[in-house]
Amino acid sequence: MTLVRKYAFGAAVLVALAVTAVLALFVSPDDAVQGDAVRLLYLHVPSAWIAYLAFFVTAVASVLWLVPRTRRPTWDLLAGASAEVGVIFTGLTLALGSLWGRPVWGTWWEWDARLTTTAIMFFLYLGYVALRRTGATADERGKRCAIAALIAFADVPIVHFSVNWWQTLHQTGTVFNEELNPTIHGSMAFTLVFGVGAFTLLYGYLVLRRLRIAELEEGLEEREVERAIAERLRAEQVVPA
Amino acid sequence: MMFVRDALLVAGKDLRIERRSRVALQQILPFGGIVIVMFAFALDADRTSLPSAAPGLFWAAVLLAALLAIGRSFTVEEANGARDGLRLSGLDGGSIFAGKAAAIAVELFLLEVVLGVAVVVLYGVALHGAVVLVCAAVAATIGLAATGTVYGVLATGLRARDTLVPLLVLPAVTPVMLGATRAFAAALEGSTSEAWQWVQLLAAFSLLAVAAGVMAFGPLLEES
Repeated sequence: MTLVRKYAFGAAVLVALAVTAVLALFVSPDDAVQGDAVRLLYLHVPSAWIAYLAFFVTAVASVLWLVPRTRRPTWDLLAGASAEVGVIFTGLTLALGSLWGRPVWGTWWEWDARLTTTAIMFFLYLGYVALRRTGATADERGKRCAIAALIAFADVPIVHFSVNWWQTLHQTGTVFNEELNPTIHGSMAFTLVFGVGAFTLLYGYLVLRRLRIAELEEGLEEREVERAIAERLRAEQVVPA
Repeated sequence: MMFVRDALLVAGKDLRIERRSRVALQQILPFGGIVIVMFAFALDADRTSLPSAAPGLFWAAVLLAALLAIGRSFTVEEANGARDGLRLSGLDGGSIFAGKAAAIAVELFLLEVVLGVAVVVLYGVALHGAVVLVCAAVAATIGLAATGTVYGVLATGLRARDTLVPLLVLPAVTPVMLGATRAFAAALEGSTSEAWQWVQLLAAFSLLAVAAGVMAFGPLLEES
């Protein structure tokens, strides 16, 4: 029974992803214009959704940590776990988008507002993850990281706004035009929605596992300090061996 | 009133340190200059492409030099327990932030004047719209200094501070780099009204950055 409970979530994620793969590769039709390349949609869009969801969770967890009444060490660890998953999926979104752009738009990269903002967001949160790893104590880390997370979260819309403005003032007719955006219906829409659901499950699973590891790491540090103190006390003959 | 007086006190202290130690003058300023020269090599000193790229290259050089100025501003607080002194001084966190950011901004203004002259001379840029250029530079510099000061104190006392601050600051000041470059380019091309639109964006960003800094600095300084 415990075995079932232990692996149930992971198994559900695997099944959901497998069904997504079957739907995306075999059930949904190819696109009139894009052919099979349109199937990248089912990876790209859910990845982007997870990236934004993850950074939203990081921001909420950071606020919960900053408010004294709701402050728990878990919020800090959750913010970090979610940001790490978010960075991975942001990178995946950029890479998949680039792979998709090549056959469909004829270019690996376009300085479009959405692409540019996503790239800047990637670097903002890489910085945040780097900040988390700079070996301060848990209490010190909490406040710095929570504030950094909120600044990063607030900066993303500002970056998007300024890049968007840059586009409208300076570049006209990017490759993002309406004809190339396929209108979605039927089995394609179903596959997409299913994919988003499956990826959300995956996100939940990854964050929970990462959170558990972070908690264990914290516990390990505490235990090691206790062990070191005990050893020192024994060496000083304060406590008999 | 107290706020302004305290901020001026902190800014005066930082600028006095820079005047006496000459690090800004003898290291950061020449660094900005060599970056301007290096960009000319990168573009093969092409007289046609250099003037058109000049606004972007100028602000990239300012941004790189600003990273040094930010690092410097927090290095001076590290020796002799100066940070504890600041914390125990009874000054409000917000005014310490304003003072440190103002000192960085003043240093950057001086740097921009010198680099501006260098760009005009070396890249063969013809100056137009002096008023909007100065306004854009002021708004951009305040945003840059404020954002840098927030991240500077955020990384204070961490072992990887020197390498961490540039990674944190650069993506965060994307709007400044974009806005200032476009404002300068528009002004130099003679489309002043477009330049003013960018100045508005820069001013809005600076306001937000200063507000965030005034709020966050006190708690961060306590912590570090």
